[in-house]
Amino acid sequence: METMDITLRINGEPVRARVEPRTSLADFVRERCRRTGTHLGCEHGVCGACTVEIDGAIARSCIALAACCEGAEIRTIEGFDDDPVMRIVREAFRDTHGLQCGFCTPGMLITVRDMLLRDRAGDARRIRVELSGNLCRCTGYAGIVRAVELAAQRLAQERANGTVVTRAAGRAMSGEG
Amino acid sequence: MKPAPFELARPATLAEAARRLREGDGMARAMAGGQSLVPMLNLRLAPVDCIVDLGRIAELREVRAEAGSVTFGACVTHAAIEDGLAHDPTGGLMRRIAGGIAYRAVRNRGTLGGSLALSDPSAEWVSLMMALDATIGIAGVDGEREVPAREFTLGAYTTALAEDEILATVRVPVLGPDARHGSFKMCRKTGEFAQSLAMAVSDPGLHYARVVVGATEGAPVVMERAAEAMRRAGGQAWSAAAEERVREAAAADLAGAGLDQDAFAADMHAASAVAAIREAVRR
Repeated sequence: METMDITLRINGEPVRARVEPRTSLADFVRERCRRTGTHLGCEHGVCGACTVEIDGAIARSCIALAACCEGAEIRTIEGFDDDPVMRIVREAFRDTHGLQCGFCTPGMLITVRDMLLRDRAGDARRIRVELSGNLCRCTGYAGIVRAVELAAQRLAQERANGTVVTRAAGRAMSGEG
Repeated sequence: MKPAPFELARPATLAEAARRLREGDGMARAMAGGQSLVPMLNLRLAPVDCIVDLGRIAELREVRAEAGSVTFGACVTHAAIEDGLAHDPTGGLMRRIAGGIAYRAVRNRGTLGGSLALSDPSAEWVSLMMALDATIGIAGVDGEREVPAREFTLGAYTTALAEDEILATVRVPVLGPDARHGSFKMCRKTGEFAQSLAMAVSDPGLHYARVVVGATEGAPVVMERAAEAMRRAGGQAWSAAAEERVREAAAADLAGAGLDQDAFAADMHAASAVAAIREAVRR
């Protein structure tokens, strides 16, 4: 079996590993790095549970090959523990029944944080469109939409108060591939 | 849901990538963002021995604005176009269409060239590049060539690319200041591939009008009669009678396209064309 050596960063920590070309980034972070907060639902890019950040842009780790992430900065849900915007999103999900079983939640949280940083959490319809790539089978989404509305309000309030300072989500002009 | 084993090549140049594809002898596939190819690998729908990842080839991520056109490298992402980080020669049309492709997490990695090279008939770029009369730049071991978008997609998942050729650039003409455009996408769930898709571009200053309907079972249909009806409807108040003329023209185009479609599909695609044209010309 052919393997490849890769070097990348997971949540700020350098990682060197030997992987098969077919290994997805999701399997790599879960099984090799033991960061199991990244969940695998559909494994073909439909459900959004495996959403992570690759070089600051959200991506589906089940359809990214680990070997193509050479040199990349990967951020999984565990890497957002101390993030000020993620704190607001997390608390809003808790306060509005934004989750039940929690399986979709890591992907939801990362998607919602990205949405807030891109100022795309307008009205409820806009929120539903932005969230359409993340499936939840428990909540019926009503609680999640409320969580996003609440998080947007709280983020605006904290920005006004100067208690949270965020920069706009920075992205390269084009990602890999 | 795990791919079968394959070899991965990560060439730094187009020439090396083309060479790897040739060596693959039909069992090597080029990969841009991988947002369609990796799901197909996971589902074991795409038999491959070797994936040639184009992600390290810097020139494929360049955007060049020239007189009268903008040339996009194949690996420019949907998100870069959506965010306006790349020049938009179409006065906002490309940005708007990019923002409607799949989901943000997919748009961050999925690419203009990858979408065209796969040529899913339901993909937005396939129809839009035909509607804009874009030109596809192709690189291969034996040199480069250009093909009009209209002649690039030959059928569902079938293109003018040879097995060892790579879609390298997409050159889009700059629309004039009077240009108008419309688009319509019908799908049952936000972000899914379209069930029906229409693009209408009218640029009176350049005497250009083209209407394309996609998401048929084959290559998108360039609608000559509907384009003429759009041209006539331009500059006038939109009326029920004008809409009916456009609908009849679109229906005639579809009937003459040689599609094996039932009455429902024919009506749906005609309705898409009408909606796109209405948006393009209505004042």
